[in-house]
Amino acid sequence: MQNGLLAVENLYLHFRATRGVVQAVDGASFELGRNEALVVLGESGCGKTSLARAILRLLPRNVQTYSGEVWLNGVELMGLSEEQFRREVRWVKISMVPQAAMNALNPVVKVGDQVAEPVVAHFGLKKEALAQARDVFQRVGVPVDFMSRYAFELSGGMRQRVAIAMSLVTSPDLVILDEPTSALDVLTQANIMNTLKRVKKEFETSFILITHDISTSSELADRVAIMYAGQIVELNDAPHFFPAPLHPYSQKLMASVPRIHEYKKLEFISGQPPSLLSPPQGCRFAPRCPSRFERCQEEPPLVDLGERRRVKCWLYPRWER
Amino acid sequence: MDVNVVTPQDGMLLAVQNLHTWFELRKWGFGRAGFVRAVDGVDFELPYGEAVAFVGESGCGKSTLAKTILGLYRPTKGDVIFESRKLNELQARDMQWYRSQVGYVQQDPYGALPPFMDVHRILEEPLIINGMKSKADREQRILEVLDEVRMTPVQDFLYKFPHMLSGGQQQRVVVARSMILRPKLIVADEPVSMLDASVRVEILMLLRALQRSHNLAVSYITHDLSTVRYFSERIFVMYAAKIIEKAPVDELLRQPLHPYTQALITAIPDPDAENAVTFKEVPPGEPPSLINPPAGCRFHPRCPQNIKDLCNTQEPPEFEPQPKHLVGCWLYR
Repeated sequence: MQNGLLAVENLYLHFRATRGVVQAVDGASFELGRNEALVVLGESGCGKTSLARAILRLLPRNVQTYSGEVWLNGVELMGLSEEQFRREVRWVKISMVPQAAMNALNPVVKVGDQVAEPVVAHFGLKKEALAQARDVFQRVGVPVDFMSRYAFELSGGMRQRVAIAMSLVTSPDLVILDEPTSALDVLTQANIMNTLKRVKKEFETSFILITHDISTSSELADRVAIMYAGQIVELNDAPHFFPAPLHPYSQKLMASVPRIHEYKKLEFISGQPPSLLSPPQGCRFAPRCPSRFERCQEEPPLVDLGERRRVKCWLYPRWER
Repeated sequence: MDVNVVTPQDGMLLAVQNLHTWFELRKWGFGRAGFVRAVDGVDFELPYGEAVAFVGESGCGKSTLAKTILGLYRPTKGDVIFESRKLNELQARDMQWYRSQVGYVQQDPYGALPPFMDVHRILEEPLIINGMKSKADREQRILEVLDEVRMTPVQDFLYKFPHMLSGGQQQRVVVARSMILRPKLIVADEPVSMLDASVRVEILMLLRALQRSHNLAVSYITHDLSTVRYFSERIFVMYAAKIIEKAPVDELLRQPLHPYTQALITAIPDPDAENAVTFKEVPPGEPPSLINPPAGCRFHPRCPQNIKDLCNTQEPPEFEPQPKHLVGCWLYR
């Protein structure tokens, strides 16, 4: 793995529910380089957010299985104790902007203090923490005098920037963004994406961007991972993926994206994603797949097609390598 | 009922004239603190069988406009005229007639469907209220409408409760309910924003097919300009409680005239890896408060082509630089 930052291998995260086991993340493997942005795309309920939580070990109480390997800078994270992980990894090396973070800011703490909080918690430096917060406010485009305001005094776009500032304040290697722009207006969204691009360029941060908005995701993507029913079904470089996705699901998904600058006939995928309680045997997309054949009753492997392309589908036999 | 009849516009189903919907802001429960001018001078006409999309950012008044058309809010000033009858002069009984003529597709299907009623009951209720006495007729209409929204086989869905259906199916039930009284107009307020990408297209295509086969007029309210091309004949762009540009879909997407529309269209990406290496031009600032919007053109504080001493003082009227393409901007005077 050249200049790799993160490597995830066979990550499983299953939850206990009243009606059985929810297989939210089922054997995910991928790598991420330094200063690279990976976009994780998929429909709601396909396990995108669970994948993020599994990497950051933010787990609810009803976990059934949590296994696999997560390597960060050559260090295996799954072996760390909870306290070690909290001290050395969470928000120090990997931070996160959770879904709807902008609505989860503390209403009674000034946003500047809130952004400084991770630094105080991890390094215990009060004065420097505020200086760092000031610095990071400038980076994400929030006027510095907003530091002494409360969350309700800011607009949606500004609050989202504050949430992003909070994830960047400790200068982590990797930031996980969970639907960072889905509740925002088009112009604000374009603004935030510009900010993220600039941060990525200037500070060489890596990103994992989790979203269902394919068009917007292309603004940041170096690499694309497509998730379906808890599994990663395709991994591809963005310049390869957007013009010619490989997996039939990716192809169908791309065909359903409305375009504004060119006309293209839209398609939709009939049926619905399977329940993660009892996913179909074999390929999980097979029941909805237009090009399924007998072999699809067995589970396909993640075939490596070279040029950093991998796809979990029987249409790409191994000999094509 | 003859009292209500105003000059008929040829072929127009709905006309909205100088419509204002303001909400009063109160201080300590009584003293008046001002108004939120959610809809502030909107004019348009909608012919039979045409789909038109209202596009705008959140807080620009598009939902208030929809609800005013539906008769859920009383307009502060101006008129909604449906089939030559003024809405605010209708009596209660005529209002019931109006509501049977206008269907409403809500944004959140799960919130719009009563959780304690099954699909059959949800669809039967409007028929009972509107006086369809025969049970057999009602039954037949319910089956018919479920077939139209392609909830087939119908029997599988008839006695299901909303929580047993997927998001897409719930939205189909909402569409079926809006269609069941054979309305002439459907108001769809963000009908697909809660749904996943693949399902979204399915519902939009369904609405489009129903619109064509039943010659329905549709006002489709959305913030997502990219779905509009697939759905409507004309686009009205709203900014800060006003319609600033009206044009046929292809025309507007090919050649937007208002600087705001131009910014909006540039800001929306198509899925393309190129996007990752380019930065987008975005006008600075945010939409104005509707409590005291800026004088003159409401976009002028953010506008890159701001004309000095004109845009900030006088409100632009509607110009028609190209046939059927109307724009409220001084650049086209």
